[in-house]
Amino acid sequence: MSLSSPFDSVLPHYVLHLADNALVLGHRNSEWTGHGPILEQDIALANIALDLVGQARYLYQYAAKLAGNELTEDSLAYGRDAWDFRNCLLVEQANGDWGKTILRQFLFSAWQLSFYDRLRESRDSELAAIAEKSYKEVIYHLRWSSEWVIRLGDGTEESHNRMEKALDQLWKFTGELFVPAEYERSLGTTGVAVDVEALRTPWEKKVGEVFAEAQLAWPHAAGGVAGADARRDAAGAAKSAWAQTGGKDGRHTEELGYLLAEMQFLQRAYPGCEW
Amino acid sequence: MTEQQWPLWEVFIRSKQGLDHKHVGSIHAADAPMAIENARDVYTRRMEGVSIWVVESKYIHASNPDEAASLYDPANDKIYRHPTFYDLPDELKHM
Repeated sequence: MSLSSPFDSVLPHYVLHLADNALVLGHRNSEWTGHGPILEQDIALANIALDLVGQARYLYQYAAKLAGNELTEDSLAYGRDAWDFRNCLLVEQANGDWGKTILRQFLFSAWQLSFYDRLRESRDSELAAIAEKSYKEVIYHLRWSSEWVIRLGDGTEESHNRMEKALDQLWKFTGELFVPAEYERSLGTTGVAVDVEALRTPWEKKVGEVFAEAQLAWPHAAGGVAGADARRDAAGAAKSAWAQTGGKDGRHTEELGYLLAEMQFLQRAYPGCEW
Repeated sequence: MTEQQWPLWEVFIRSKQGLDHKHVGSIHAADAPMAIENARDVYTRRMEGVSIWVVESKYIHASNPDEAASLYDPANDKIYRHPTFYDLPDELKHM
């Protein structure tokens, strides 16, 4: 299913981008179900997964409505291949250990909170309503993941090292969150889409605060963690100059293919199956 | 969690209509903020409540079941402690 054919306007592409972000991260988190470190945290992450899948459903339903043809929320979620997914690269990264999963959630929730906060003001009333509902959920996601980043970053030597390693793996995918795709640029002027470039400053502030408390060094350029002494300087000049991009335009890392293969298997093998 | 278990906490939830916090169960957590969050995630998934109390289980002191006879049986034959022996006027309907 090609994206260009079912949609004759820009808005559905934007809605799909947002839906894919939520679904892919929701699915990643759901992979922990039954495998969490303790029962309580297993349920906590499952709750977050359900919040995200819920957000994705609203957005897919809206995208399907905009398309106005035979597309449904299910066909959009289960019927497209990797190159049609518009999610950012960060959310598709494999779970790794608990620390990496936590950090991925934290980095994304910190972005998503500012994002939904602004999307509430969108001139598209449907998007504004979805943002209003989702915003409350993300407040909790950010609170929960922040506390875990602090707990592990400022925990034992083992947990701290794992967080540094996770940061090294994930940091290069954060820059993409602030680089608008073509559909974001064209919708930005109409007051429908959020200006993601403007989200960088509040995001860096929030992430910086939590990293400071978590004893995590602010990563230097090129996505690498340069070492414990590489604290963020006062001017904030040490921010990453290079970012891995492409996800928003359908150019993904290898990870997404495996995720889709598992998530879509049933609908691919038994199209339209219900139970 | 293998060698070291997080402490156990008792969870009390007040429902939207209720005035009192009712005991609903227990969870494990490393500290009080985590206990509140875990209680939220485990026990309020279906809109059970609007307020949470947690208390570490070690601070709950319980009566001894072996002493039940001496503690509770003496009340058995003191039925006059219930307000059921008053003659009420017929006009009173809802006592």
